[in-house]
Amino acid sequence: MEHATTFEHGAAAHAEPTATGLDNRKLLMWVFLGSECLFFGSLIVTYLVYKGRSLAGPYPHEIFDIPYTSVSAFVLLMSSLTMVLALAAIQRGDQRGLRIWLLATALLGSIFLGGQYYEFTSFVREGLSLQQNLFGSTFFVLTGFHGGHVTIGVIWLLSLLGLSRMGLIQPQHSLKVELAGLYWHFVDVVWIVIFTVVYLIP
Amino acid sequence: MATTVPPETGALGRVYPVLWSWLTTVDHKRIGILYGTTAFVFFLVGGIEALLIRLQLAVPDGKVVAPDTFNALFTMHALTMIFLVVMPLAAAFFNYVVPLLIGARDVAFPRLNALSYWIFLAGALLLNASWVAGTPADVGWFAYAPLTERPYANTHSADFYVLGLQVLGVASLAAAFNFMVTIVNLRAPGMSLLRMPIFVWTTLITSFLIIFAFPVFTIAVTLLLFDRFFGTSFYVVARGADPVLWQHLFWIFGHPEVYILILPPMGIVSEVLPTFARKPLFGYPFVVFASAAIAFLGYGVWAHHMFAVGLGPVANSVFAATTMLIAVPTGVKVFNWIGTLIGGSIRMATALYFAVGFISMFIIGGLSGVMHAVPPVDWQQTDTYFVVAHIHYVLFAGAVLGLFAGIYYWFPKFSGRLLDERLGKLHFWLTFVGLNVTFFPMHFLGVEGMPRRIYTYPAGMGWELWNLVATIGAFVIALSVLVFLANAFTSLRYGQRASADPWDGRTLEWATSSPPPPYNFARMPHIEARDVLWHWKRERARRARETKAGEHTRIAGGAVDELDLATLRGERIHLPRPSIFPFIVALGIVLAATGFITSYVISAIGVAYLLAGLYGWAFEPAG
Repeated sequence: MEHATTFEHGAAAHAEPTATGLDNRKLLMWVFLGSECLFFGSLIVTYLVYKGRSLAGPYPHEIFDIPYTSVSAFVLLMSSLTMVLALAAIQRGDQRGLRIWLLATALLGSIFLGGQYYEFTSFVREGLSLQQNLFGSTFFVLTGFHGGHVTIGVIWLLSLLGLSRMGLIQPQHSLKVELAGLYWHFVDVVWIVIFTVVYLIP
Repeated sequence: MATTVPPETGALGRVYPVLWSWLTTVDHKRIGILYGTTAFVFFLVGGIEALLIRLQLAVPDGKVVAPDTFNALFTMHALTMIFLVVMPLAAAFFNYVVPLLIGARDVAFPRLNALSYWIFLAGALLLNASWVAGTPADVGWFAYAPLTERPYANTHSADFYVLGLQVLGVASLAAAFNFMVTIVNLRAPGMSLLRMPIFVWTTLITSFLIIFAFPVFTIAVTLLLFDRFFGTSFYVVARGADPVLWQHLFWIFGHPEVYILILPPMGIVSEVLPTFARKPLFGYPFVVFASAAIAFLGYGVWAHHMFAVGLGPVANSVFAATTMLIAVPTGVKVFNWIGTLIGGSIRMATALYFAVGFISMFIIGGLSGVMHAVPPVDWQQTDTYFVVAHIHYVLFAGAVLGLFAGIYYWFPKFSGRLLDERLGKLHFWLTFVGLNVTFFPMHFLGVEGMPRRIYTYPAGMGWELWNLVATIGAFVIALSVLVFLANAFTSLRYGQRASADPWDGRTLEWATSSPPPPYNFARMPHIEARDVLWHWKRERARRARETKAGEHTRIAGGAVDELDLATLRGERIHLPRPSIFPFIVALGIVLAATGFITSYVISAIGVAYLLAGLYGWAFEPAG
């Protein structure tokens, strides 16, 4: 596996070559994300099973503001672009670029979270609480767990930013950025599914 | 020489260095020992629970325990045996043996490995704290919602279930990630996938099952937690919820879970048989693919636990068909095991007794399993003692016998001493007789209509005789465990010293000393064949014959020159540095969980611990 060897140097100096050539941490992240698919899959299936079964309003079509959520979905998707740019920057050895794009990614993620906070509070004002009906329960738990994942991602990105300021992310450590990137892209992809299934499918 | 970097010892470390060394250990072998001893303690706890159940049911109108206590006993017995005994005992073997089998110095993530153990211990203690709190979990191991909703289970008993299993799930997932990466990435050079010992294969497949089954359970339990603590209505039927949503989510996890329990013992048996038949495993690739097929099919059969729900003829037929299909790869394995024994020059060691016991008893459990696959038959058997008989034939007579085979086989590797074979055979025969006397009559009771999970029954139902027999059998099993404990304790002290390779083994763990040094192998082995140690021994014997047996006459049974520790000359071997952070993170997780039943302040402290532990972990030099 020639292509993986570029990141090999990112592993601690003692790391012995692995049987697949893939860094252990990268493989761990992939397996973890595989497990997360089932985690979100179960939540999404629960949402679908309960679709249209609420005994009391408000119902989805009364409350969703699709243009608004489309904008915040767009913001989150753009953060995947800045994440890629951050990784590309550190692989070039461009520390300034790394910091700018990490900050941009964290910022876009935070804007998404702010949008979700606003959306949640306006839904609650309109009478849709976590306890109101099955729609409220399934909607808030599903999107809430997604938001929780985004929050962890933002903290991770800011931690990387701190590490970079301390000079602890050199080009040979680009795997640290790549791992956060894998997680971040996954969270974005999950949002595409949630956005489609929850908001767009009538 | 190995360079073990001393950890930054805190005050605790200076006062209790031994305790500190165990709290901070990241050595897969020591973690394996922790898993094994903890699981065995819970085996005794779960066994005592079983004896109380059997005492209560020994005669009609039993008065040994109160009805509520009986509910708690069968719930905690099942949870203990599944999550605190069979899974962690398998994990003990994963930890101790798998890195040795693949020629690695440790697992891929030693600190994550320690974390798995500490979270497991924390979850186990949290679950059992329910006894101390006076509200033991009493909702059945399946905890069917909506019966576990507040109106029907308004004590902390269901909370302990929810929180304890949530914590235990994290431990299992962390371990599964670790072993998946370890097996895929840390195999010694030359060990291709189809040269891996079968136990490594079943560990890998079990890890996959955990990785893709546990998240579903996590969600099922999380939704219940939201219902119980935050007023949602995921399982509240009066508010439109589906009364069988929990059952679906639970069994989508629950059926793969039974393969999580049985595949590791199957792997152990596949290691023990060839060694004591002195013959390679018959049809190795078939055993590998059959194991994978069992796991794959295992995701498509969950509704056979729900035939009595009334899902309709189409669903029932489909799940009946997929369930019967699983009998095919299982049968393939049984025939391959028998094929391994046929024509072998068999040594009747205790480990082989247990392995053969496993095969014969597992067939009984497998056959009653195929009976359950037929919906009309299943309707007769659902919630009767017939099902209790079935699960004990697969889990006790299957999994536990297989695990004991592993204990007798690898005990010399763990401890450097052999278990006594005479006591071992006594242990085997007591177990074998005891389990059949206990569990076989349950088939009769089930067919006669005795429901499971009833705390007593009136006289005159025709159930007296077999209940009494089953209770007597349970005490025979208890006696057998005492024999084993006596054997283990005396052998640890006075047992015959084991050489590196007491069984003329086939696999790498027998190429290093008993017990192995912290670094496992002084030189990294290069794997040229399946059953590589036999290959080396044959090669050496051939060379010895060719050189007319001069100085190099140490053949089978001795340490292997290529990996001989004596050849280790001042090489520096890197070992992972001990760390206290896994312990701190696990403490944080269990505090966060405990806060739900005490005060959210404790949860907040737990989260603070968790974050502090994670950051300390991230910035700690990994070694």
